[in-house]
Amino acid sequence: MPIRTEPITVNIGPQHPSTHGVFRMRVTFDGEMIIDVEPIFGYLHRGSEKLAEERTYTQVITLTDRLDYVSSMSNNLSYVLAVEKLSGIVPPERAMYLRVIVAELQRIVSHLVATGFFLNDVGALATPLMYCFREREKILDMFEMLCGARITLSFMRVGGIFQDAPSEFWEALTDFLEYMPGYIDEYERLITGNEILLSRTKDIGVLSSEQAINSSISGPILRASGVKWDLRKADPYDVYDRMEFEIPVGTVGDNYDRYLIRIAEMRESLKILQQCVNQIPDGPIRADTANLIRPPVGDAYGHVEGPKGELGFYLVSDGGISPYRCKIRSSSLINLTALKDMLVDTKLADMIVTFGSVDINMGEVDR
Amino acid sequence: MDNAYVPFKEANAFYGNLYQFLTDLTIFGVSPIPDWLAYLIAGFLIVFSVINTVVIITTLGTWVERRLIARFQSRLGPNRWGPWGLLTPIADAVKLLSKEDTKPDGVDSWVFNLAPLMFIVPPILIFAVIPYSHNAYISNLNIGILFIIAVTTVPTVAMFMAGWGSGNRYSLFGAMRGVAQLVSYEVPMVLSIVGVLLFVGSLSMVDIVERQFVPFILVQPLGFFIFFIAISAEMNRSPFDIVEADSELVAGFHTEYSGMKWGTFQLAEFIAPFGAASIMTTLFLKGWEGPILPGPLWFFLKVGFVWFILLWIRATLPRLRVDQIMGLAWKFLFPLGLINLFVTAAEVLAWGDPTGSEIWLMAGINWTIAVVCLVISSHLVSAKLTTRNSVLENAGNN
Repeated sequence: MPIRTEPITVNIGPQHPSTHGVFRMRVTFDGEMIIDVEPIFGYLHRGSEKLAEERTYTQVITLTDRLDYVSSMSNNLSYVLAVEKLSGIVPPERAMYLRVIVAELQRIVSHLVATGFFLNDVGALATPLMYCFREREKILDMFEMLCGARITLSFMRVGGIFQDAPSEFWEALTDFLEYMPGYIDEYERLITGNEILLSRTKDIGVLSSEQAINSSISGPILRASGVKWDLRKADPYDVYDRMEFEIPVGTVGDNYDRYLIRIAEMRESLKILQQCVNQIPDGPIRADTANLIRPPVGDAYGHVEGPKGELGFYLVSDGGISPYRCKIRSSSLINLTALKDMLVDTKLADMIVTFGSVDINMGEVDR
Repeated sequence: MDNAYVPFKEANAFYGNLYQFLTDLTIFGVSPIPDWLAYLIAGFLIVFSVINTVVIITTLGTWVERRLIARFQSRLGPNRWGPWGLLTPIADAVKLLSKEDTKPDGVDSWVFNLAPLMFIVPPILIFAVIPYSHNAYISNLNIGILFIIAVTTVPTVAMFMAGWGSGNRYSLFGAMRGVAQLVSYEVPMVLSIVGVLLFVGSLSMVDIVERQFVPFILVQPLGFFIFFIAISAEMNRSPFDIVEADSELVAGFHTEYSGMKWGTFQLAEFIAPFGAASIMTTLFLKGWEGPILPGPLWFFLKVGFVWFILLWIRATLPRLRVDQIMGLAWKFLFPLGLINLFVTAAEVLAWGDPTGSEIWLMAGINWTIAVVCLVISSHLVSAKLTTRNSVLENAGNN
């Protein structure tokens, strides 16, 4: 006699240890197998886009900090690039180099957080997380030297940066470039070849390159699926066209590839940082701009390769001191759209791991 | 009447003395305490002291565990209350006791309230049959190890009660996983114990220690390995903590518990590793026996060592998935347990009472078999699990 079974629906989140914020998934299970996933978001909606319309172009920078709060620098950079494109301001070289330096440091921070929480989701009792946070702390200290803040940085300005880096920053950065490769090796020794990790992540949550492109996925997830697409190469901004680095590309597009891609990108970021330190010229750090920027009527789209994917700002100007419209193309939100494809027909435990490997930040998803 | 208590008096020094003192007590020529009362008082006192020792050591153990795991994770750990944070467990207990005991709507009250009690009693019961030293145990039960196996299955019932009674789907998931895990791991665990029992020929824990010609880990390496993994799984310790799985199921079967009910679950979970370490010490590490140092100290050192390894594993490994855990039990540990059983049985047939060189020959054979078996089966398991070539090598292909 067959046993009668029925699917059960579970609300994962908005209060859940592994939803990385206030994300909610309504998941239907058949035993442990997932048969349906419905992502529900909006719990952290703050109306950033609307708020931007009420502020001057410089004041909006503080709003961008709070989008993806583990990569404020990239958010600042994306917004500032959009305003510069809109108003035709060109920042001086030193500022461009410093922007690349902080953006790459921010990428390392974001990837450390992503890797740490991903491994935490696999169930490693916060040990890898703590190791990752150890180095994140060093970078946050460097950010503190630059602008006094650690998380919500507001370091960039239209036409340059807030202030030049102090001498102790360069010392800290040189030290960091020396020991960081060793630390990345340490993480890899600790867990990359671990058979439990391999059995939990290999061939789980596979996203094919067609699916990834069709869903407009960007960032490490897209590259893990085997698409060689990086805005730093495809549409170089600031001084990325002068940098030599590789774009790591995965083969399968599963959770393990995403993990490997993030580790590899950290190493590439270190290469970029080293080149920046060698090449950076002396000079001013901000272009001569008016206090209240009034861009000409028109629109512009600035985008960067953020740690989580393509982060873009579409700005429309009516000639006033604040944007007429500010649309944010948030990478986290768009990367989430493929979640269902990755999750259906996996198990409950895989769901958490896959979700961790997508690496979203609710501040950016809900805006 | 008196004869019924004789085994206790003779077997257990502390108990015997106390009993003797109480029965010999005379006031104006009358003995006010009858035999049965003396038996009761002495029994109660010794059980009371053992339970409280276990609870206090566990409470201190939480501090050691948190400090050590903090070290594994390159941070400091609790260091605020008392010197080196030693009073943290007390602060925790005070906090838990003063917390509101919430009970969500739709719980099955009886089942919900009974589950924490049922969960904490079995791990404490284990200590009833563990010999701490020569003549120092609560009871030398002639079916000691069988008693332990029986008792350690009871928390699963409590787990299911908690999971079902909470009326929460996370809890239900955790409870279902717990039951499946226990059913799977009971088999290899018992198989690994049988190897020991073949040598000893008795189920009593005291006999097991006294008849260990060498620590059985030397002649039963495979058995120790299987038992170690199986008991970790029974205790729901990482990497087998799918029952709680804080990143998946919030807190598994005790998601809905708060205050001291939750504290009871936690206490039971912290007692369990000490129980497991005690069982392993007794079965495989020759219990209290050792040179120079007194018995209880040896026992404590060995338990501490095994406990530390359990902790080390907890801090290091990621969690396995449900189906992989079942696979590990049935495809990996179960055949290994059978091999171990056959080899041991053959050896017992060949050398009934091994002496000197025979023991070392046997140890050599068993270690060779253990290493070969483990290498072969781990290759079978990890054939598919190889790291990928660096993602950078693929960079040029696209």
